[in-house]
Amino acid sequence: MKYDTPLEAVGNTPLVGLPRLSAAIPGNLGSDGHGAGAVRLWAKLEDRNPTGSIKDRPALHMIERAEADGRLTPGCTILEPTSGNTGISLAMAAKLKGYRMVCVMPENTSEERRELLRMWGAEVIPSPAAGGSNTAVRVAKELAAEHPDWVMLYQYGNPDNAGAHYATTGPEILADLPTVTHFVAGLGTTGTLMGVGRYLREKVPGVTIVAAEPRYDDLVYGLRNLDEGFVPELYDASVLSTRFSVGSADAVRGTRDLLQQEGIFAGVSTGAILHAALGVGRKAAKAGERADIVFVVADGGWKYLSTGIYTAATTEDAVEALQGQLWA
Amino acid sequence: MAIEVRIPTILRTYTDGAKAVEGNGATLDALFADLDARHPGIRARLVDAGELRRFVNVYLNDEDVRFLDGINTALGDNDNVTILPAVAGGSV
Repeated sequence: MKYDTPLEAVGNTPLVGLPRLSAAIPGNLGSDGHGAGAVRLWAKLEDRNPTGSIKDRPALHMIERAEADGRLTPGCTILEPTSGNTGISLAMAAKLKGYRMVCVMPENTSEERRELLRMWGAEVIPSPAAGGSNTAVRVAKELAAEHPDWVMLYQYGNPDNAGAHYATTGPEILADLPTVTHFVAGLGTTGTLMGVGRYLREKVPGVTIVAAEPRYDDLVYGLRNLDEGFVPELYDASVLSTRFSVGSADAVRGTRDLLQQEGIFAGVSTGAILHAALGVGRKAAKAGERADIVFVVADGGWKYLSTGIYTAATTEDAVEALQGQLWA
Repeated sequence: MAIEVRIPTILRTYTDGAKAVEGNGATLDALFADLDARHPGIRARLVDAGELRRFVNVYLNDEDVRFLDGINTALGDNDNVTILPAVAGGSV
């Protein structure tokens, strides 16, 4: 495949079948050439995007739409709250297009993310660990008010975030796998699930859209007031069929299984997504239903290598290593 | 019928600091009433006008009850219920 510029290489990622993990689903027996029974798992490898995560899609789309309608002009400063991947994607695009990039990022994210942002020339403003991404959003909104000339693309509320997935990720999945029955992705800004979910619901009657939401340890939730929670402006519950909360242990186990069973080296949030995908897979196998379950590999494991989770002797040791970190 | 209920940090003032408590009830609504009998005040932090509060998320065996039957979701023995504040998460 040939592209004229690096930015044009965003998207068109591989969709790969996972015969071993599919065959290991209880009750999913038989052979259809795919090496598994009626329930098949498929991974959409979004780590193959230029900066290594699914966020290249919304980042580039949000920038190009802002350029098209005049919100973003040469010499502008882009501001964004991010736990890493969106910031990294925006920073790469900003560097190539000549914008200054400022990221607000929780201080309890991995060193690799910070280094990657600096590498692409972004300035990083740390936000307190307590409150995680909620606090980063609040700090970014305060900075936006102080600097009215800065452009906050604001992935949590920008329809072009979901729009990127409606226009590209959704159609790619349907073209590669017209028999898709389930789509499973992580729930953060909700952009992936809203965009792909809306597209597939229009094209595939009865499709099931499943959200996997990270559940952190107490340090991350801290003493948050229940009246001051955060629900992204993009979120529309009617697009989802269901929503699972996945804790660190299950996310780490999923990440390690994906590596051991299928050789896919993914980030920790992907382990959480796989955990939810296996849950719906077991349900389908138990009910004797056919299922083609597509889940998102949101990024590769490179940014999480320093946590030691891939080589820890046990899942328990790996979970211990992740304590207090924002892993998604 | 014992149901394990995981309590977020912010609500542990009602449970003497306990991270998890046991409760009973055929539905989530009944469970919250049962919890309130032993931990007075906790129900009002979770429920308003008969519905879950906007920024409170409740999960039955890790599944969001808003996609089940909300506060009327039926509970069974050995189920576990997790209460969490709504946060921005995911690989953002």
